[in-house]
Amino acid sequence: MTVQAQRHTAATPDPATPAETGPDPAARLLPAPTPVRFLDDAGRPTAEQERAGYQVPPVDLLIEGYRRMISGRRFDAQATALTKQGRLAVYPSSHGQEACQVGGVLALRDTDWMFPTYRESMALVARGIDPVQALTLLRGDWHCGYDPTTTRTAPQCTPLATHSLHAAGLAYAARRRGQDTVALAFVGDGGTSEGDFHEALNFAAVFRAPVVFLIQNNRYAISVPLAKQTAAPSLAHKGVGYGIRSEQVDGNDLVAVLAVLRHAVESARADGKPFLVEAHTYRIEAHTNADDATRYRDAAEVAAWEARDPIPRLETYLTDSGALADEDIGAARQEAETFANRLRERMNEDPEVDPDELFAHVYAEPTPQLREQRAWLREELAARGDER
Amino acid sequence: MTTTMAQALNAALRDAMTDDESVVVFGEDVGTLGGVFRITDGLARDLGEDRCFDTPLAESGIVGFALGMAMNGFRPVVEIQFDAFAYPAFEQLVSHVSRMRNRTRGAVGVPMVIRVPYAGGIGGVEHHSDSSEAYYVHTPGLKVATPATVPDAYSLLREAIADPDPVVFLEPKKLYWSKAELDLPVETAPFGTAEIRRAGTDATIVAYGPSVPVALEAAQAATESGQDLEVVDLRTLVPFDDGTVTASVRRTGRCVVVQEAAGFSGVGAEIAARVQERCFHSLDAPVLRVTGFDIPYPPPIVERYHLPGVDRILDAVGRLQWDDDPDRRWLAGVSA
Repeated sequence: MTVQAQRHTAATPDPATPAETGPDPAARLLPAPTPVRFLDDAGRPTAEQERAGYQVPPVDLLIEGYRRMISGRRFDAQATALTKQGRLAVYPSSHGQEACQVGGVLALRDTDWMFPTYRESMALVARGIDPVQALTLLRGDWHCGYDPTTTRTAPQCTPLATHSLHAAGLAYAARRRGQDTVALAFVGDGGTSEGDFHEALNFAAVFRAPVVFLIQNNRYAISVPLAKQTAAPSLAHKGVGYGIRSEQVDGNDLVAVLAVLRHAVESARADGKPFLVEAHTYRIEAHTNADDATRYRDAAEVAAWEARDPIPRLETYLTDSGALADEDIGAARQEAETFANRLRERMNEDPEVDPDELFAHVYAEPTPQLREQRAWLREELAARGDER
Repeated sequence: MTTTMAQALNAALRDAMTDDESVVVFGEDVGTLGGVFRITDGLARDLGEDRCFDTPLAESGIVGFALGMAMNGFRPVVEIQFDAFAYPAFEQLVSHVSRMRNRTRGAVGVPMVIRVPYAGGIGGVEHHSDSSEAYYVHTPGLKVATPATVPDAYSLLREAIADPDPVVFLEPKKLYWSKAELDLPVETAPFGTAEIRRAGTDATIVAYGPSVPVALEAAQAATESGQDLEVVDLRTLVPFDDGTVTASVRRTGRCVVVQEAAGFSGVGAEIAARVQERCFHSLDAPVLRVTGFDIPYPPPIVERYHLPGVDRILDAVGRLQWDDDPDRRWLAGVSA
């Protein structure tokens, strides 16, 4: 290394630890050769080697996860119904991805940040965000309905993977400020092809940002299947080239998702370095209500994945182990029903709109031009008797 | 003391970082090297390598990462090495940085500055001389500042860093080595205030950034033919100072807008439209534009034909229907 290069390295704040110099420095970063699984497709415990050394999460957390998955699926069905009734502009379903949506949330502390995409409405609700606020974007009411600073949840991101950089920057800032905050960024399989995803991995690794990238590989980017998206051995392998520890997990197995994500989040918290997790799952519904999935995949494929539904798998496991009784299941379903009914009632009320608000948040203070345009709109509305 | 624009910008960064620990400077080669134009010279050494640091070579990464930091208490000031290298960051600027406050209903502001050396006239090879301001001013949520004088370079940059909203700060490369006698710190007029750099009575020349000294030179030359031109320096393109521009044109009755960028759909077109909307009854001639041609920025050996110079400005002034004659250029028609 030249003197110049050494000085250059020294100029990086809290630089990443140099790559390890063992016989295979990539070995410690590599994901398990097959996705980590704690439950088989029927919900029975798997053999030790499939668990790759991860620990079973506490049973209370699994029961909480079960309840939130039941509520999450009911919420998803209600949102789909509201879309058909014209109450939502569009809804991208996460039916089938409940273990990822809920697992991502339950792996975090309240002080941690979550960076969702448009498909994470269920995760927002699982995080405790008011469902009406969570659906504000898809209702077309406003772009983001909740306060990101109080909920520690960034706005749902529609451009793909751009928010992974925000997660990396926020997590880096947290470490610089001495906060023990971790950021978790949701990304899809399609999103891993975007340049910003790769820039985010690189920045997070170089600057040591405690961020966890959770790839929900649901097999399709709208209609494009994974085989046309990547030639990588797994999406988790994409972390290795950036010096990031990476893992792959059965995304329809909440026990495994929680085991791996809790490890990833706490590792990031402890050493301030990023972690990448690929969760193998499946988008049971079409991309959105506006999409027709029969044009690009057959029913047999969907049926095969329905047989690996995360909810019955966990239900069987918890019932067999005596942690969950029939009345608990009934109570969870009743709770979900009440939640959905309340949501339906509230979504049938028309939101109040204020035309002045169009100009209110473009800048901290409206520019003279925006004040002028606001006055024009007021005049226009007054002239046609629309005083709202 | 004699200070260059580059030194004034450096001092503004240094003073802002000294006053506020949340201000951090990063980008490509800004640390040890001090930036390819040396604008960040000595900042890493004197204020710490955690305050001014090099990044991987990825502009979208720089801007997106800065946004995340701004969401968590920092005021990032990022440097994009050259105008045309900002394009990879365009999506971050347009879809996120500019909109975060709006999409969150005011909950999340983005106090950050994106410094971009821009425009030509320094013999730069391809991709080193673009005037890209039209892209930024067309993006609601961004503020856009461009200094033309040394005191403004200091004061506008300090204001940009203190601003609660994202500011694209366009630094005219060819003015980096321009000099002025002044003592720093200096505070000039705030954002949204244009300055009359030369008062005149016969016509208003509206300019910004690298075109301001050219407009002043033209105004000086015009005195030889007895014309008294007023030169307005916009200083910030967003927010735009309609008041100063329209008041000037109402006084002089004639207006020429100057920009280096290609003319079609440029900032000059917007200014010309605003002037005719607001000053129609005060105008004695159509508002004319003097701009670069509608071509990709040319190679250095021919850039002198492209850049609006004194002669082209004076030609336009001469065509401002001083004798009530229509402008022959437009009578000839576009097919000529």
